[in-house]
Amino acid sequence: MTTSFDAAAVDAHVDDAVGRVRGAADLDALDALDAELAGRRSVLAAWHRALGGLDEDARRSLGRRLHEATRSIDAARAERRQVLGEAARRERLEADRLSLDELEDLVVAAPVERGHRHLITRTRDELEDVFVALGFTVAEGPEIETDWYNFEALNIPPGHPARTMHDTIYVDAGPAESVVLRTHTSPVQVRLMEAAVRDDDLPLHVVVPGRVYRRDTPDASHLVEFHQIEGLVVDEGITFADLAGTIQSFTAAYFGADIRARLRPSYFPFTEPSAEFDITCTICRGARCRTCGYTGWMELGGSGVVDPAVFTAVGIDPARWSGFAFGFGIDRCAFMRHQIADLRALTDNDVRFLRQF
Amino acid sequence: MRVPVSWLAAYTALPDDLDELVATLDDLGLVVEGVEQVGRGLDDVVVVRVERIDPIEGADRIRLATVHDGHQSVEVVCGAWNFDVGALVPLAPVGAVLPDGTAIARRTMRGVTSNGMLCSGRELGLGEDHEGLLVLEPADGVVPGRPLLAALGIVPDTVLDIAIEGNRPDAWCVEGIARDLAARARAPFHPVVPAPPAAGPTRADQLVAVEIVDPDLCGRFTATVLEGVTVEPSPEWVQRRLERCGMRPINNVVDASNYVMLELGQPTHAYDRDRLAGAALRVRRAAPGEDLALLDGTVVELAQGAVVLGDTGEDLVICDGDDTPIGLAGIMGGASTEIDGTTTTVVLEAAWFDPMAVARSAKRHRLRTEASARFERGCDPMACDRAAARVVELLAETSPSLRVAAGLVDARGTLPVPAVLTVDAAGLAARLGVTLELEEVARLLSAIGFVVRAREGALEVTAPTARPDVRPAPFGLADVAEEVARLYGYAALPTRVPSWPAPGAMAPVVSARRSVREALVGLGALEAWTATMVGEGDAELLGDEAERVRVTNPVAQDEPVLRSSLLPGLLGALRRNVERRQGDVALFEVGTTFAHHAVAPVPRLERGGSHGTELVKVPSEDERVALLLARPGDGAHTAVVSWRALREALRLADVRLDVGRGAPPHGVHPTRFATLVDAASTAVVGVVGEVDPSVAARAVPGLDPARRLGWLDVSLGVLVDPELTRRLSEVAVVPSRFPTSDVDLALVVDESIGVHEVKAVLRAAAGELCESVACFDAYRGAGIPDGAKSLALRVRLGAPDRTLSEAALGEARAAMIDAAATRLRATLR
Repeated sequence: MTTSFDAAAVDAHVDDAVGRVRGAADLDALDALDAELAGRRSVLAAWHRALGGLDEDARRSLGRRLHEATRSIDAARAERRQVLGEAARRERLEADRLSLDELEDLVVAAPVERGHRHLITRTRDELEDVFVALGFTVAEGPEIETDWYNFEALNIPPGHPARTMHDTIYVDAGPAESVVLRTHTSPVQVRLMEAAVRDDDLPLHVVVPGRVYRRDTPDASHLVEFHQIEGLVVDEGITFADLAGTIQSFTAAYFGADIRARLRPSYFPFTEPSAEFDITCTICRGARCRTCGYTGWMELGGSGVVDPAVFTAVGIDPARWSGFAFGFGIDRCAFMRHQIADLRALTDNDVRFLRQF
Repeated sequence: MRVPVSWLAAYTALPDDLDELVATLDDLGLVVEGVEQVGRGLDDVVVVRVERIDPIEGADRIRLATVHDGHQSVEVVCGAWNFDVGALVPLAPVGAVLPDGTAIARRTMRGVTSNGMLCSGRELGLGEDHEGLLVLEPADGVVPGRPLLAALGIVPDTVLDIAIEGNRPDAWCVEGIARDLAARARAPFHPVVPAPPAAGPTRADQLVAVEIVDPDLCGRFTATVLEGVTVEPSPEWVQRRLERCGMRPINNVVDASNYVMLELGQPTHAYDRDRLAGAALRVRRAAPGEDLALLDGTVVELAQGAVVLGDTGEDLVICDGDDTPIGLAGIMGGASTEIDGTTTTVVLEAAWFDPMAVARSAKRHRLRTEASARFERGCDPMACDRAAARVVELLAETSPSLRVAAGLVDARGTLPVPAVLTVDAAGLAARLGVTLELEEVARLLSAIGFVVRAREGALEVTAPTARPDVRPAPFGLADVAEEVARLYGYAALPTRVPSWPAPGAMAPVVSARRSVREALVGLGALEAWTATMVGEGDAELLGDEAERVRVTNPVAQDEPVLRSSLLPGLLGALRRNVERRQGDVALFEVGTTFAHHAVAPVPRLERGGSHGTELVKVPSEDERVALLLARPGDGAHTAVVSWRALREALRLADVRLDVGRGAPPHGVHPTRFATLVDAASTAVVGVVGEVDPSVAARAVPGLDPARRLGWLDVSLGVLVDPELTRRLSEVAVVPSRFPTSDVDLALVVDESIGVHEVKAVLRAAAGELCESVACFDAYRGAGIPDGAKSLALRVRLGAPDRTLSEAALGEARAAMIDAAATRLRATLR
């Protein structure tokens, strides 16, 4: 070693080393400096080894100095590496630069492969088409809702027992549990009725498809994020008979003429009377099988005659207008029609699945 | 609710056929979710005594038991270890079929032959225990050779699991279900009529004082005092029914209370009077700072304030004579007055609490009990007397010295008033679509407890106190209509397919979305569906530090964020396919992204808060269309071409590619992107380009580093908003029947000048002769000054009524060059 080992020498070494690091022109130069300044053969390493031969006072003071020197040089190296790395990335990106406006008129060969809609999209489109043919208009609404739209305006005030069935996912906004990821598409009913009242635009014949959320444990037959389609009719002279007829028409149109629907009494706070509807099992066509629990029927959705309290809450006169509503799972329709054993395949996005539809 | 059919049959005649019973219940809205056979398929199972137990050579988990079945000894291999020689156990002999369908055959294991099976409780459908054999207690009749059912006194039964809807608290008991069945079948209904207790000499109100301090939350509080109680096991038949309903027998007092709740739907609570300070019960709101040790050992802090919307933070408690809380009203009793083996005097509470008060406390303290669930939905306030009398009747069976103090201590608060409604045939027809005879309506409603009076072509009906769901007029008419329809049978009601003059249609966004999908599918892309709820890592991957939209109670703890971009989800989908060696793919998604209100340029305000009376700031939503191109050869070029297809599909008039302005969105390649901007509105439609290679490398580890990922991400909302993006005119352009000519120009312009600017200048200069302008090449390098570029453009010129002459073409060419020179300082290369 040519340099003598004392405090001044250490300081001088640090100044020199930091200066050289800062002056490194590129990552290659820095790599070379790393080996020289930080490796086992560096001056610092040699001094560290020499510490052992010093008396205790000198060892302590020089040891501390050496430690600080190492830290200073390391910091300078890291900082320089960051700067040079960014510069290298900038350089790479710059070399990559492309003015995309020059490509707009590019002539390219057409793709040889056809793409595919997602199965859920396809199912949703088919359902929409059936309802459009029945005279419904397809409308939509937001996925984040306030408690008011998702529950209270639908006759489900806070504390209502029906809430416990909803497994609600709350969004951090406003007071606790006041903003939710919608648990059903029904809040859109309220929005559409409010808009119809505002614009004096009744009657209303709409279906509302969309994504909904329930805090359920995901498994082969449950998804946390899934899709529903909701129907609402508000018109004069609408009765339970119209609901039953509409469900039957839709069932035959979507699942086939041999599939029938039946209504069973149920409870939804926003309809009265309320009904669940089942359809003939699509697997056994009603012959009773394992899938339908040997009943010949499969549960599809809920429905009912709109509760007059819901009308009153949005400013529709229940003495003049009446209506019905229904809703069911889009994913469930796909599941039933295509006999999907595990619903998680729908969100796995494996191209071998996506290409089938 | 689990309901044994044998119990149901005590109140009304049932159909013989089980399928018919189940179908009838379903049709009444009492959905049967499960049917369980108890004690069936056990005809061949007999009681045996274990004579010896021998090890089996080479086996350490099974043993050979020799059992005696009353006639002979039988050798059976057995894997259970919970019995010794002399034990009485059940044997399913060879040939028996167990309730779960297992057929018992002779089997040989490790050289020994097993002649049947010794059974656990679960294997016999007699319990959940599967730890070992069902070891029988020695008792009269439990002798080897006797059929197991006879030995245990078990009558085979069917237990139905029935789902009770939230508006049917009256049906949440065996009697209530039977009432519906009787009404449907027009069969006689025999409700429970407890014998009036033989009153002792002391008056109840001398033994316990009751006070309702807060009458708004407690409508009724009755107390019955029973002296001379002996606490011991319930009669066998009570225990059996409780078990079949899924409840564990405890002692005669607790069991009687539970039994009556299952039977009549009215919860009751028993206090040990000797532990009841001051021999008094007071019902009041809890004060902040009070706490209460409950029966289950937990201590709840009371009245700690509201946590969520709609909660008042109140708790209703039962207090003793010292005003110390000893029970959380309608939910759970306290530990201090619990019944135990020493109890001799019982104060029995049968009360009615405000459903919301019970619901609030149960939710806040996370204490949902059989009692609270019933009070929440609304019990029958008039059922208290009958329930208390029935408990006394049951207790008398096992407590011969029982004395009941005279009189029911009956304190009243505010009770709901049963709705009185005028029902007419026309009103019902307006809801149900069928005109029913009023006599029929009266019969149906009377059968389920409505009081019906005929009144001038209509019926005046009074709802039973057990039906709090029936509201006053006008809404209550809908509730009555539902009851009529339910009992009449939905299937018997007419159907009609409605029609109206307005044709069906799709909202603009729906048809636009379809066009977008069609275009992308046409380009060979596959549609993906990725999750809305994602991890923190997604935003970190993109280097997006904006405030995130979070979920309070995420389903997966590591996915608490609502996505702000579709890019991480699609990269995740690509990664999974790359891992499966199928990553040469184009994926697209149409989905909602979310932005925190602090980030949104204009915060979204929605009606919300308590009762919808406030405007609240909620996260904004933006539905995006995103396309990730990962096939060989993909990149910015194919992304731009894909955008062109989308633009054409939506007939957008003038959305241009804006290059070199501003920073790219998070995760996008900084030097290979263009912002899509509507020329007229200057609204930003989205971005086209490539994924930042460092982001791609981190998100898709298996990706070939040389593979470029094309990226297109546009806002569907902006694309369909006529204020923000203009569409092409509907007027068709009929191409000229005369030949057209192309003029090619190579113009050198400054880098800062965009292609669209050059095109606009040329188009303007050529005037109405210009049919189209296309940029077909760009060049930088030798011969072109630094900071400039050479653009090759092809201008197609023509006229509707003539072939353009050479002179006209030359003139147009000169005009274009001149305009480019003066307006863009362009030079011809």
